[in-house]
Amino acid sequence: MAEKKITLNMITCRTIQQGVGMEAGKTSQKYFDACTIMHMHPEDMKRLGVWKNTNVKVTSSVGSVIVKAVETREDLVPGLAHIPMGPWANRIVPAYTFSTGEPCFKGFPVDVEIAANERILGAVEVLQDACGLIRK
Amino acid sequence: MPKEVTDVICPFCGTLCDDLIVTVSDDNKTILGVKNACAIGAEKFNHQRQPGRVKRPRMRQADGSYKEITYDEAIDWTANMLVKSRKTLMYGWASTSCQAMSIGHEIAEKVGGIVDNCATVCHGSSLIAIEDVGVPSCTLGEIKNRADRVVFWGCNPAHAHPRHMSRYSIFPRGFFTVKGHKGRKIYCVDCRYTDTAKCADEFIQVQQGFDYELLNAFRTAARGEALPDTVGGVPKEKIYEIVEDLKTARFGIIFFGMGLTHTMGRNHNIDIAINLTRDMNDHTKFAIMAMRGHWNVTGSGQVLGWQYGFPYAVDLSRRDQARHQTGETTSVDLLNRSEVEACFYIATDPGAHFPVDAMISSSRKPTVTIDPHINCTTEISDIHIPVALVGVEVGGCAYRMDNVPIETRKVVDPPEGVLTDEELLTRINHRVDELMAKGGQ
Repeated sequence: MAEKKITLNMITCRTIQQGVGMEAGKTSQKYFDACTIMHMHPEDMKRLGVWKNTNVKVTSSVGSVIVKAVETREDLVPGLAHIPMGPWANRIVPAYTFSTGEPCFKGFPVDVEIAANERILGAVEVLQDACGLIRK
Repeated sequence: MPKEVTDVICPFCGTLCDDLIVTVSDDNKTILGVKNACAIGAEKFNHQRQPGRVKRPRMRQADGSYKEITYDEAIDWTANMLVKSRKTLMYGWASTSCQAMSIGHEIAEKVGGIVDNCATVCHGSSLIAIEDVGVPSCTLGEIKNRADRVVFWGCNPAHAHPRHMSRYSIFPRGFFTVKGHKGRKIYCVDCRYTDTAKCADEFIQVQQGFDYELLNAFRTAARGEALPDTVGGVPKEKIYEIVEDLKTARFGIIFFGMGLTHTMGRNHNIDIAINLTRDMNDHTKFAIMAMRGHWNVTGSGQVLGWQYGFPYAVDLSRRDQARHQTGETTSVDLLNRSEVEACFYIATDPGAHFPVDAMISSSRKPTVTIDPHINCTTEISDIHIPVALVGVEVGGCAYRMDNVPIETRKVVDPPEGVLTDEELLTRINHRVDELMAKGGQ
């Protein structure tokens, strides 16, 4: 029986696809496709009962974001998840720096739940939404 | 007739590849093709010709839309913001030339700004450790010609510095490394089996966040002391075996990246990696190098270093002295505490790469962003000023990750009427002078 919500250890890193997308433009489809994914271990996907390429809601101590769960190409260990760096990953990165200037980009706990029908916001939209700059 | 520009410097990562060949249209306005670059570098050059580029400054309206304004209006608005604000965060600088940085720092001195670069969320921890314990390092050329043991620790050049492995660290044949890849032993330490790990002879999978413990175990093993059965998920036999092999190197190098600087321990991880390098020098020649990300983030550290004595997060708001205190004058902390009165971003995109809480704080302050393209930050700024792409449309000095200065080259003309960083900052500087002479300060 799959669990409704699982807790994973999150790291955010560069990927070459993220780099190419970034240089193609922050509003480009390439950037969107490269950064709105969460790499998961197949065992964790089974535990959550999520199919490949299904949207999930990832929640940390500072907020939540919708991204697409994908099976990892660069092997992770079970319990470890990875979102490429970008405005989506940074929606959930804790800003506390332990007086070093460096936020917790790697190694913070997140809850993951299936959100198949939720929409993934665009690069600018995800930031403007957080900053309250989108007029509804 | 299209022409080829050779020996072009790639303005993407700290490897600063210097062998690109760019084909340019005969009117010198369009890039037609790029050879020798990695996927990211090629995309950077190709982006220059994409339609829809912003060519004039834009100002945000009350309804959230942007209207085009003149450079004069944008410069006046920016100078007024800088003069009125008692403490301005002037962040970025990693993707512009050292010449532009120098003008920016002059403005910061006058208006009492805090100058910080992308190292603050990248290799800032490394710089703290280097200030604490020093760094036995070398140039990339020495690595290519001499290194026979290469350790990648918490870095993934296959993705972040795509040509690093073929130009310097794994594959090239050098003066004393004539066998190339076959003559080198490559280790990769990471919590993921990355694409770099796939190129390595040996992959050591460390538990996420246990780098300090594993580095400490390496030091312990190097001194022949006892270890517990496993450290950070790595069996002790493996640790002894690797350390003994590293001792037999003729020249060894440790490359480290965000896997050490971003995980728990931060500067202490780098501190102990440097100390491991120092220990290995009791047995052979060993060096260590940070895998710097942005192509000129090292340059920003150099310019700030020789001007003020600190490589990042330099607080000039006291006018008569430069201060640097991590956790206090670093950008994310300043924004977290909402301590600055205005934000001035140049050649960077904190909107995409800062934690959201810091950017929420930033979005509530007067903000100017100087960047060739529309990005996440420009869309939460009051003013966006487009400029020429440094390294593509204008030259300038940059520093490679091993602190070697390289003059980047202009390949094509910028779009008509678009200013370079240097021209824009010089004009802002003059306007600041005029306003201050009028008694604006």
